[in-house]
Amino acid sequence: MTDLVIIGGGPAGMSAALAAYDRGVRDILILERDDSLGGILKQCIHNGFGLHTFHEELTGPEYAWKYEKQIHEKQIAYKLNTMVLDITPDKVITATNETEGIFTIQAKAIILAMGCRERPRGALHIPGTRPSGIYSAGTAQRFVNLEGYMPGKDVVILGSGDIGLIMARRMTLEGAKVHAVCELMPYSGGLARNIEQCLNDFDIPLKLSHTVVEIHGKKRLEGVTIAEVDPKGEPIETTKEYIPCDTLLLSVGLIPENELTKQAGIQIDPVTGGARVNQDRQTSVPGIFACGNVLHVHDLVDFVSKEAEIAGIAAAAYLNGVPETKTEISIKTDGKIRYTVPEVITEKKDITVYFRVSGVYRNATVCVTSGKNVLLTKKKQKVSPGEMESVIIKKEMLEQIDELMFQLEVQS
Amino acid sequence: MKRELTCIVCPVGCSLIADLENGKVVSVSGNSCQRGRDYAQTECVAPMRSVTTTMRCCGGEILPVKTDRPIPKNQVMDCMKIINQRVAHLPIAVGDVIIENVFGANIVATKNMGGLGNE
Repeated sequence: MTDLVIIGGGPAGMSAALAAYDRGVRDILILERDDSLGGILKQCIHNGFGLHTFHEELTGPEYAWKYEKQIHEKQIAYKLNTMVLDITPDKVITATNETEGIFTIQAKAIILAMGCRERPRGALHIPGTRPSGIYSAGTAQRFVNLEGYMPGKDVVILGSGDIGLIMARRMTLEGAKVHAVCELMPYSGGLARNIEQCLNDFDIPLKLSHTVVEIHGKKRLEGVTIAEVDPKGEPIETTKEYIPCDTLLLSVGLIPENELTKQAGIQIDPVTGGARVNQDRQTSVPGIFACGNVLHVHDLVDFVSKEAEIAGIAAAAYLNGVPETKTEISIKTDGKIRYTVPEVITEKKDITVYFRVSGVYRNATVCVTSGKNVLLTKKKQKVSPGEMESVIIKKEMLEQIDELMFQLEVQS
Repeated sequence: MKRELTCIVCPVGCSLIADLENGKVVSVSGNSCQRGRDYAQTECVAPMRSVTTTMRCCGGEILPVKTDRPIPKNQVMDCMKIINQRVAHLPIAVGDVIIENVFGANIVATKNMGGLGNE
């Protein structure tokens, strides 16, 4: 029997472990699939991490080390090269590694911190052949930054999320020519600073409302045909353009990795793709918590660490037997606001609710209502899907209500 | 003359407007902190960039490194050449200086490697 088992030793898992430790939990075990702690941060060698948490600009490995060092100092146990195969609703974990074979652990509490994975080519339905030279941006990042291999020399990138932008710069620095970054939407999903320092600095064109419509080449990629898309997202025939290239990187979205969550019978929010959680990041199964990119995809690791702290503290409270409250206030959204985390509130206290919008809106007002009562409004000059927003719901607002509605009012 | 910039100091990415007179920045607007003002002033006169990359180690390992301060933007590619010509010797700890004074910055390791954990 182990008090707390954490699945995943990335930024979420490490931060959750440390937060639980600080609240008195000592019997902690982190299970990590890779050969070291740190998760995706290890391959994110660029800087920009930690401004919120440490007030300094760190690279991914430096940010990870700040946590890993504490894991060592506090002697929190972890198993590397260990793959979790199954979790049951009564918290029996089946895992495997080379030295122990297949083994089971009965946990009193579990924190899910498995992160997310990249949307693959298969999900995009791009017509054409299936040559080598097509990689998800994160895979290419692993090749270049951890393995020391260059995936190719002439590159086109589809998708302008941050990983795509960062890889445009990285490939350029290592001597490749990045011919274009195509983005299906009329706006980039990446941070403005990354468009500036990763594309503009190297004169890499960002082609908004453009997509790849055909892949050419038999053994190795020889080129791609790109085209502008109309407002419905349909390619415009007359705008087709052929770009010779040997490498296509896909940066087309991240999907929370929730196979284990589903096996444990945990309720999933169809919008986030992660577990439906309360303010403590507790899932529909009491004693199982979720945090970080497995719950919903974050833009900044600082927010992942912060969310994981909430889960770690709550897991410690659960293990100490803090009684459950009977409140259940569900949060609904209007579609312009795509989702909120948490999705449900089960305790009346001050709660920060995070949310993401579905499109770029200017002069918008975030409006939180319950029935006909407006509880809170917050004006925003600009909101976009790439940036997570938040509001603080005060304890007083939660008195005598059973539902909260999050809406975005936009002046047309 | 007005110049529009996107601040790259932090993830907020403020849209800045710098007012230039005779090649000098006389005022900055749109910034939400002092670092944004400093960025606009440098960016218009002598743009600087930090470089993050990897370096080969003697045993073939890949070590992530960075410049410990920004270097002139137009020397970024030359800085890359210097780093890619050199080989680092293990063991190495986070913050160790691997190459001194490359365009005014030191190249430092951003990861422990070769027996100090975190590998």
